[in-house]
Amino acid sequence: MRKHPLAQMLTIGVVASLIGIAIALNIRWFPPAADTASHKIDTLYDVLLICSVPIFVLVMTVAIYSVVKFRAKPGDMSDGAPIHGNTRLEIAWVTIPFIMVTGLAIYGWVVLNNVEAKKTNERIINVVGQQFTWHFQYAKNGATADPGKNCGQDNPNEVTTNTLVLQKDQPVYFRICSKDVIHSFWVPEFRLKQDAVPGINTHMRLTPNKLGNYTVVCTELCGLGHSTMRSPVHVVNSQQFATWLRQQAAPTAAQAPSGGGGGQAGGGGAAAGTAQGKQLFASNGCGGCHTLADAGANGTVGPNLNTIDASAAKFGKQLGQTPQQYIFTSIKNPTAFTVPGFPKGVMPSTFGQQLSPQQLNALVKYLMSVGKG
Amino acid sequence: MAYAARLKAPGLFRAAFGVLLGFGFGFGLVVGLRALSNLHPVIKTDPIVTVELITVPFGFLFGLGAFDYWFRWASGAPTIPEDHSGHGAKSWRDYFRVNTDHKVIGLQYICTTFFFFVCGGLMAMLMRAELAAPGMQFVSPNTFNGLFSVHASLMIFLFIIPVFAGIANYVLPLMIGAPDMAFPRLNALSYWLLPIAGIMMLASFFAPGGSFATGWTAYAPLSTDTPLGQTFFSMAVQFAGASSVATALNFLVTIITMRAPGMTFWRMPLLVWANFTTSLLVVIATPFIAGSQFFLILDRAMHFNFFDVAKGGDILMYQHVFWFYSHPAVYIMMLPGFGIISEVISAHARKPVFGYRMMAFSLMAIVVLGFTVWAHHMFVSGMFPWLRVPMMITTMLIAVPTGIKIFSWLATLWRGVIHLTTPMLFALGFITMFTLGGISGIMLAVIPFDIHVSDTYFVVAHIHYVLFGGSVFTIFAGIYHWFPKMTGRMYDESLGRLHFWLSFIFFNLTFGPMHFVGIDGMPRRVADYAHQYAAWNAFISVSAFIFGMTFFIFVYNIVTSWRHGPIAAANPWRAHTLEWQVSSPPPIFNFDEVPTVVGGPYEFGVPGAVHGVFKERVPVTTAAGGGGAPPPVNTE
Repeated sequence: MRKHPLAQMLTIGVVASLIGIAIALNIRWFPPAADTASHKIDTLYDVLLICSVPIFVLVMTVAIYSVVKFRAKPGDMSDGAPIHGNTRLEIAWVTIPFIMVTGLAIYGWVVLNNVEAKKTNERIINVVGQQFTWHFQYAKNGATADPGKNCGQDNPNEVTTNTLVLQKDQPVYFRICSKDVIHSFWVPEFRLKQDAVPGINTHMRLTPNKLGNYTVVCTELCGLGHSTMRSPVHVVNSQQFATWLRQQAAPTAAQAPSGGGGGQAGGGGAAAGTAQGKQLFASNGCGGCHTLADAGANGTVGPNLNTIDASAAKFGKQLGQTPQQYIFTSIKNPTAFTVPGFPKGVMPSTFGQQLSPQQLNALVKYLMSVGKG
Repeated sequence: MAYAARLKAPGLFRAAFGVLLGFGFGFGLVVGLRALSNLHPVIKTDPIVTVELITVPFGFLFGLGAFDYWFRWASGAPTIPEDHSGHGAKSWRDYFRVNTDHKVIGLQYICTTFFFFVCGGLMAMLMRAELAAPGMQFVSPNTFNGLFSVHASLMIFLFIIPVFAGIANYVLPLMIGAPDMAFPRLNALSYWLLPIAGIMMLASFFAPGGSFATGWTAYAPLSTDTPLGQTFFSMAVQFAGASSVATALNFLVTIITMRAPGMTFWRMPLLVWANFTTSLLVVIATPFIAGSQFFLILDRAMHFNFFDVAKGGDILMYQHVFWFYSHPAVYIMMLPGFGIISEVISAHARKPVFGYRMMAFSLMAIVVLGFTVWAHHMFVSGMFPWLRVPMMITTMLIAVPTGIKIFSWLATLWRGVIHLTTPMLFALGFITMFTLGGISGIMLAVIPFDIHVSDTYFVVAHIHYVLFGGSVFTIFAGIYHWFPKMTGRMYDESLGRLHFWLSFIFFNLTFGPMHFVGIDGMPRRVADYAHQYAAWNAFISVSAFIFGMTFFIFVYNIVTSWRHGPIAAANPWRAHTLEWQVSSPPPIFNFDEVPTVVGGPYEFGVPGAVHGVFKERVPVTTAAGGGGAPPPVNTE
């Protein structure tokens, strides 16, 4: 008599587990895989699913079966069987989970070592997080040269970009750092993530193996613009990569043909100034929070800069400043005045130190020239 | 004259006066010190508010009378050691003063925490409204970050942790045969610290620059560089934490010293065991979060530079100290629920708890292991890499004692006589949902997978399966189970079942899909997201709204039943533990006669077995196997 319900439950459980595993393995859980670590992590997850489904099915089967089988009839005031325990059963459900989790932990450890293993011929790229953008620093010369251990600081042997371009099948070593608060560097298609922590360099290794366009996502809450802190990633072949890096190393050639900056240039010096300003606008991540059509930026955290000319005149007048002074101060010391309707203390106050007065002026000039509405 | 008398007597009137005094004192202190130190401007908001957050609450507590007795004693004024003047409630007004009756305090706790539960829930609704479609619709990014930060902080510090303290406050002294808690006046103070913390968190929305918006984790250096609202969080955590620690000490002393004759540790109900172990966790761990928040306050107010890298600060130190509390806090939010489930399942399935001693040992094992796993929150933080693998192993080992509990509850159901009452349904819902949360927890412990899903919606799904499908379901089970004891009335069973089924279904529809979007690449704590997640998010939002509305069934049921429900018998569930052997609600000092404990708490089906006896009466708990008549009510 007692054998019967257990056999019944076992059958139900095995069938339900098999169905559950089949469904779980057929769900497309992950985004496409684009590096060598992905399939190892995806396989690890499949193994976790295969172990998990039967446990959940076991719990559900016993619970549902008990409720159906042992449910009190109306008016039944009796008690259940006075069973206080069963040593053999208790030993079993201590031992089996122990063995299972130990096995999974060892497997996880092996995968971890495998994913993080040092590879030969790694290209070193510095990843710099900053509210609310990413910069990437490449060494100008040589695939395995170092862009400098002072992550985030300019250095003549490196080029800094806002786009992460990686060469397919080329192992990469990311040196990750932050200029302000904690950020987290994640490309879902690579499955790997590492926080960017102020004051220390963290690191991450991967080898992209699929051409395509992806996105760097910041996953550590870093302030108001956190959900806009995204940067493009391109995995390209070796030829495209070499061409791209050469272009980056010669910045004036790549950046000069700007679309909207021209209009009212007063001589060659001013044109060069707006070009520099445009580059500074991009490289300092202003577009993460501000909208500016000329720079292709559409952030909504801070004021729209397409009309900054008019608003600088208006607010500058209130504060007794010229529009130029107003914009200059707003960048250098953003807490001095906040545009009504926007929260105070959001704009990073670090630009005053990061940019020289000359750079600030170039940025102001650029904004005045393209912010006419 | 009447005003003078009311100003002298402890109570809300004097508390309002205390608030004014506290405000004036804080203001004067800061302005005076700044003037003396030649700091300009003399009147500056940030330092004034920071100090007010200390002086105003203490002004309130002094005014309310939380310290009156101790002051009298300390100043040598005559005091009565057995002073029961503040004990018990005759009218609703007695719930709004310093009351030393653990039953009153229990209800104060439960009602207050449910108020903050509603506040936190409404914030979740606003967040889901914003997230229903990509782009920004209803709130600004600052408000959104504030909403999820305050939501999490209220749910953790003002709902789950204290509501368990409230339920235990009511039930635990009754269960061990004690007339009250060991330190009733400390108990009252613990309660009154709580609304202060909650109001402080809510009030942060009115601070210049908005509420704290750095998540409930308040990671430095973001939190040292944000507007004033952040200080409200750090200070509120001090009050909630002090409340927790004082209550935990009270529970420990009560359990160790005030058990009825014959109640050995191995005859204690598992709810008592659960609160004993939880209190150990609270007492050991809570000072760490208090420390972490003091670091932040000192950094913000006095430039101590714990987290200023340029001045030699160490960013990761915050996370280590924070998680050394906040991981054990997960068990602080779960172990009392384990206790509730053991009580509910044994009583409603009419069976002894399977493997009682292993159930108690597994609680102890979770306490010990719980302190060795905190860094699993930091696998991608850039900490010392070697620390990761040991923390993975210990984290996964916690599955073993937790598994013992799940399997033992299932074995308790087996061959029972299962009454599918509302508390039992919530207990069953808990077992299944908590198993899912536990499984995703094991997955998160495996470092390579955690690296991918860390800080994504997968984690959001996991914590809600553990804390809602886990903790909150046990809270509902406990509230329904002890509702007759607390109020003397029965709740409406069919509304209770409706509440269970709707919340069970829509809970899963809300949080289940979050696993998918998380693994697929949607980070957490974002006000806006990529279009590829739009369909699932719209679905989640609609489910969340219905899920939120199911709560009104609960509120309606509780409010109407409390007022008009049928009168409850002393022991409607025919349970054996001591709280059911007194009237519903219990007499003012719990036991007119101290019971003697002669056996285990769950001897269902054992002929003639009794847990506690009263000398004057016939044993009140008989094994109901043969007869079927409910046990006699206390008729003294």
